[in-house]
Amino acid sequence: MEENLLIVENVEKSFGSQKILDGVSFKLNKGDVKVIVGPSGTGKSTLLRCINLLNPPDKGKIYLQNTEITSLPHSKIPSIRQKIGMVFQHFALFNHLSAIDNVALGLIKVKKMNKTDAYNKALRELKRVGLDQHKDKYPAQLSGGQKQRVGIARALAMDPLLILFDEPTSALDPELIGEVLQVMQDLAKDGMTMICVTHEMGFAKSVANEVIFMEKGKIVEQGPPLKLFTEATHPRTREFLSKISELYGESEKK
Amino acid sequence: MFFSKLIPYIPSLIKGLGITLELTLLSAIIGFIAAIFLVVGVLYGNRFFKSLCNFIITLIRGTPMMVQLFLIYFGLPGINIRLSPLTAAIIAFIINSSAYQAEYLKGGFMAISKEQIEAAYSIGLNKWDAIRLIIFPQAFRFAIPALSNEIVYLIQYTSVAYTIGLPELFYISKNFASKTYMNIEIYLFIGIIYLIFIYIITKLTDFVEKKLYIPGFDTSHLK
Repeated sequence: MEENLLIVENVEKSFGSQKILDGVSFKLNKGDVKVIVGPSGTGKSTLLRCINLLNPPDKGKIYLQNTEITSLPHSKIPSIRQKIGMVFQHFALFNHLSAIDNVALGLIKVKKMNKTDAYNKALRELKRVGLDQHKDKYPAQLSGGQKQRVGIARALAMDPLLILFDEPTSALDPELIGEVLQVMQDLAKDGMTMICVTHEMGFAKSVANEVIFMEKGKIVEQGPPLKLFTEATHPRTREFLSKISELYGESEKK
Repeated sequence: MFFSKLIPYIPSLIKGLGITLELTLLSAIIGFIAAIFLVVGVLYGNRFFKSLCNFIITLIRGTPMMVQLFLIYFGLPGINIRLSPLTAAIIAFIINSSAYQAEYLKGGFMAISKEQIEAAYSIGLNKWDAIRLIIFPQAFRFAIPALSNEIVYLIQYTSVAYTIGLPELFYISKNFASKTYMNIEIYLFIGIIYLIFIYIITKLTDFVEKKLYIPGFDTSHLK
């Protein structure tokens, strides 16, 4: 019996009179890496924010491990969120906390771990993203790439079932993108389940098992990256992919 | 001449200074705690609490301090609540200061980006823990300069409590002046005393700010 880790079913979301998501459905298995691409304003970020209920969908259902999370009472939502990691475009580190405190906070306050264990685990996660040397630095003392790696470590520390990446490299200087993508690739190879909104096509080609192309709140086309890049059926998909391959493709060639 | 006349007044001046400082510190501290409730109500409360807290703040900031003080001291006996001048002044200043401090804190809260609370939610914190652990510590640091200004203001403004007969620093000086006619001397003298204490408070808040210093929360470049 195959169990989908996450099922998104006909999700719709509007802000005011503007429909951002117009019936999005997909399934995710454990270990899947899905990359979502599409023009800006298409609802990619909103989709991620629906999944961890930061912006609960207006219609449709989302199941996590066969539990419908879209109909849960308010008080149960935090326990769902801790199972779904999120990495933000602008890092969103807790600015008043050092790198290690950023990572340890959830362990202590949400998982109620004792402080020694929490800090040991936090240090391991920082090591995993190559930042154990910088554990006592505050966000203002870190580069963008380092901040984002702390953001990833913070998500990892909660041992989530999956991690959502919301354009994790688009706020970074070009020379800092590589270090973040490297961490993400390592995670993917370690079997982490990931949904990434990103235009880094090199990343998509090397680790994604599916690329989803979204436009105007709908999934236009989806499939394995190579298939989508070489033989997309929709002209819009082809047009868009060739455009971003031109823009982003080169930065990832090794 | 002035100082020889001042000597008998020294014990009551010291007492008056004590009352001034007591009034200032109690209003600042309890007003701060009340301000936290007000600002959290305004920014994060449901519709009822939002309106209620906004209403309270508008009411307090929209009426003169003196009116509030007189209502509490001279008005409340009308419904059989009699308070000593000190109690009445403390209550009036706590109420008054809480509204202003709430506004200062609000400025701090509004300087925090929305992503901070979303990130807190994303690791599974609930709303109140997110506010307590993530938003408030940052908002407070941004509000320190304004809050220290409030303490300076309170030290000076507590002098209006002389109007209900509270023997604080200014009241004693006024007594001295009316008995000795040494207006210039005594008002210059207590002016200097106020100045000294305000200087000490300013240094203390600088010290607190340094103690709580975190890279990225530096406001010294603004000074």
